[in-house]
Amino acid sequence: MLAFFLKRLLGALPVLFAVSLFVFGFVRLLPGDPARLVAGADATEQEVASAREALGLDRPIWDQYLRYAGASLRGDFGTSSRTHEPVIEVIGARFLPTLWLTLAAMGWATLTGGLLGVWAGVKRGRWQDQAAMLAAIGGLSFPGFWLGLLLIDLFSVHLGWLPTGGYDGWRSLIMPSFTLGVGVAAVLARFTRSAFVDVAGEDFVRTARSKGLTERRVIWRHAARNALIPVVTLTGLEFGTLLGGAIVVETVFAWPGLGRLLVDSIAFRDYPVIQALILLLCAEFVLINLVVDILYGVLNPAIRLRP
Amino acid sequence: MNGPDLLDVQDLSLSFPAERGRTTVVHGLRLTVRPGETVALVGESGSGKSVASLAITRLLDYGPGRIDAGRILYRDRDGKVRDLAQEDAETMRRLRGPEIAMVFQQPMSSLNPVMRIGDQIAEAIVEHRHLDRTAALAEARRLLERVRIPDAARQLRAFPFEISGGMRQRAMIAIALASRPRLLIADEPTTALDVTVQAQVLRLLRELQRDLGTGLLFITHDMGVVAELADRVVVMRGGERLEDGAVGAVFSAPSHPYTRELLAAVPVLGSLDGEALPMPFPEPPAPTGPQDTVTSASPVLEVQDLVTRFDIRNALGRVRARVHAVERVSLAIRPGETLALVGESGCGKSTLGRSIVRLEEPSSGRILFRGEDVLAAVPNTVADGALRRGIQYVFQDPFSALDPRLTAGFSVAEPIRTHGLLKGPAITRRVEELFELVGLPREFVSRYPHELSGGQCQRVGIARALASEPALIIADEAVAALDVSIRAQIVNLLMSLQRKLGLACLFISHDMAVVERISHRVAVMYLGQLVEIGPRQAVLASPQHAYTRRLLSAVPVPDPSRRRDEVAIDDTEVPSPLRAPDDLPEVAPLVQVGPDHYVARHRVGGLY
Repeated sequence: MLAFFLKRLLGALPVLFAVSLFVFGFVRLLPGDPARLVAGADATEQEVASAREALGLDRPIWDQYLRYAGASLRGDFGTSSRTHEPVIEVIGARFLPTLWLTLAAMGWATLTGGLLGVWAGVKRGRWQDQAAMLAAIGGLSFPGFWLGLLLIDLFSVHLGWLPTGGYDGWRSLIMPSFTLGVGVAAVLARFTRSAFVDVAGEDFVRTARSKGLTERRVIWRHAARNALIPVVTLTGLEFGTLLGGAIVVETVFAWPGLGRLLVDSIAFRDYPVIQALILLLCAEFVLINLVVDILYGVLNPAIRLRP
Repeated sequence: MNGPDLLDVQDLSLSFPAERGRTTVVHGLRLTVRPGETVALVGESGSGKSVASLAITRLLDYGPGRIDAGRILYRDRDGKVRDLAQEDAETMRRLRGPEIAMVFQQPMSSLNPVMRIGDQIAEAIVEHRHLDRTAALAEARRLLERVRIPDAARQLRAFPFEISGGMRQRAMIAIALASRPRLLIADEPTTALDVTVQAQVLRLLRELQRDLGTGLLFITHDMGVVAELADRVVVMRGGERLEDGAVGAVFSAPSHPYTRELLAAVPVLGSLDGEALPMPFPEPPAPTGPQDTVTSASPVLEVQDLVTRFDIRNALGRVRARVHAVERVSLAIRPGETLALVGESGCGKSTLGRSIVRLEEPSSGRILFRGEDVLAAVPNTVADGALRRGIQYVFQDPFSALDPRLTAGFSVAEPIRTHGLLKGPAITRRVEELFELVGLPREFVSRYPHELSGGQCQRVGIARALASEPALIIADEAVAALDVSIRAQIVNLLMSLQRKLGLACLFISHDMAVVERISHRVAVMYLGQLVEIGPRQAVLASPQHAYTRRLLSAVPVPDPSRRRDEVAIDDTEVPSPLRAPDDLPEVAPLVQVGPDHYVARHRVGGLY
């Protein structure tokens, strides 16, 4: 198991290297001269040259990359051209809210979606199945902003139970995480159902029944565990997407997350922040995929033990 | 005392949903099993035999099938007679395991891939015998020893993918025995296994039944297995029972014409003992006699010292071990000759076939096709195309070897187009000609694979192979997936094509009785090496290598009067062809022991 884990970890390193190369190249691919951008629109030729020197753009390209990589590893991503604060602080302030929102949304959505999916799979073809899948379609097609506004109208304006928005304690987390999780739960429910139905038709499920096991044991010990393997992949992908920020939900609930930071940074052409955000998102995906791979190994011994 | 001794199925009818209404798949089946008795339920695919067995345990309820009529009377441990067709789900659950257990066909897919073998056995014990997990695991270990799994303590912790097919089927039997059933239903339990493993599993079932007095309902399509094992035979076709009688009576004097047909179609090893040449099955239309098609022309195919190995690498990309799939194999096939390549799964016979058509990359050696070096041909050149055209492959699973989205005619036309043999309407005419040649109606050109039966699909596969006018056909287990009667037809088709077209054929098979029918010469492969090669009659009648003898002795004889009660069956597992990178197997040239008959005299996997 440890060897498997280390192997997967080693496999992730080249990907991170490739990502850093891409992000490094990103600035150089942008139209215009970064030095001129930093020096300002009406800077003299000399000011541009000194800006170029300050940015290290006059050095050979490999040297620039090494400096950039070294600085990134130390957590130094430069300063935001919008707020003139260190990029790491700008992103750091937004990262935790997004992480909480993602964890809360994924937490309830995975649980609900998974259970609903298995339930629909067990009751396949009956009214419970159809009702569950109708609900899932509904959850998928409900626009996030509208659902958010309806929730605010009901729970904040009429009932006054929850704050309308902001980032202030667990009560402010409830509505945004619910709104964000609805779509995920719906996708997971549909996906889990089809994975479960596939597995339920397998020979080993019939074997389990032929042993005279209780239906509960057949479903959870034999069918669901095998159905979980593809579901884990999708959960990982959804998790990564949510960690990238949720622009609509953040906007509706005035949530200070990464999604709005990204949009604002793009609007202001705040390249250092955009660059660091891309790196962060890619690294998050690599990390999540690593976790997913390791979960595969935990769930399926053939993946873990085979050479 | 009224009611059955153990099981009495009365007028059972089962149906499945169809496009309109329901299709009845079993009509009025009657069947009894007494304690300690072995009843074989025999029939070809689609005869309803498996569905009937699922109805008895009511596992049918978990699929689309339904019991429409009839009674399934069963006398339980306490002497109470129940009608299983009427019992509720919870009662049935309690009966499954301690009363009625099942062993299924596919030992791989019938075990949970993510659960240890020990746990899969123990959970049934925990459920029905109310032991704690430790005691249940100890019992599971005893059961594994009972079904003769070597090193049982270690295998308890193994996952299904870590053990061989034969071992999995033993584990499956251990699961079935875990709750001490009184009736065991075995649904084709040996069909997916090699003959030597099949012999081991059959003997095991016989012993267990004798020791425990279990009633055994054995579902199979293999008359050889029936003759070896059964007390009584029930023959089914199209969901109906055609015949029911003691095994001796059914084999010696079958009362129904279908049973007679079925028995006639069964290939019997040794039926050509006095005949040196291959001969088609006695199967209408009137068969021709012995087939002397081998010409003295120079060989179509020569394989010289061919080696195919697969590297297994560790995390750092270094070679950790190698699979020695094909190890210094040399052979030649003349025009009009059929060379059968036999051996058990994993012996490298398919890899050898695939290496010849370069579906695998050989590590070293030479392959000469009509004197030209196949491995030297540059890919995608004219010479390469001509070589590929000249050797064609027929695959094992006829259905999955055809593209489900293409018509049969398109599949057959493709090689003609690819090799630019004909143009325009001439292609259509040629395809129709080929369909006629393989005995398919012309209308079938526009059919899709799912509209064809297994035998018809395989005919299309053969027509496709013939389309590029090859000189050599490699048939890799081409009849293994077919029912006996269809198998005989396809073998006869291949033989008639050899007569008409003078084709050479490399016939890869594990079925010795079919091999006897079709081949001029036989090559036996074991652990990647040829251990014996020679004229068919010489190899089968007086096998010189220990492995050939072991293979032949395991073939079931479809004649109950020749039942071998205690045959010396080797319980050992075949050694693995996986070796450390610097550990090369011993390979030596074969030694001549008769006219054209060669045998290995060096140790191969511990056998001489």
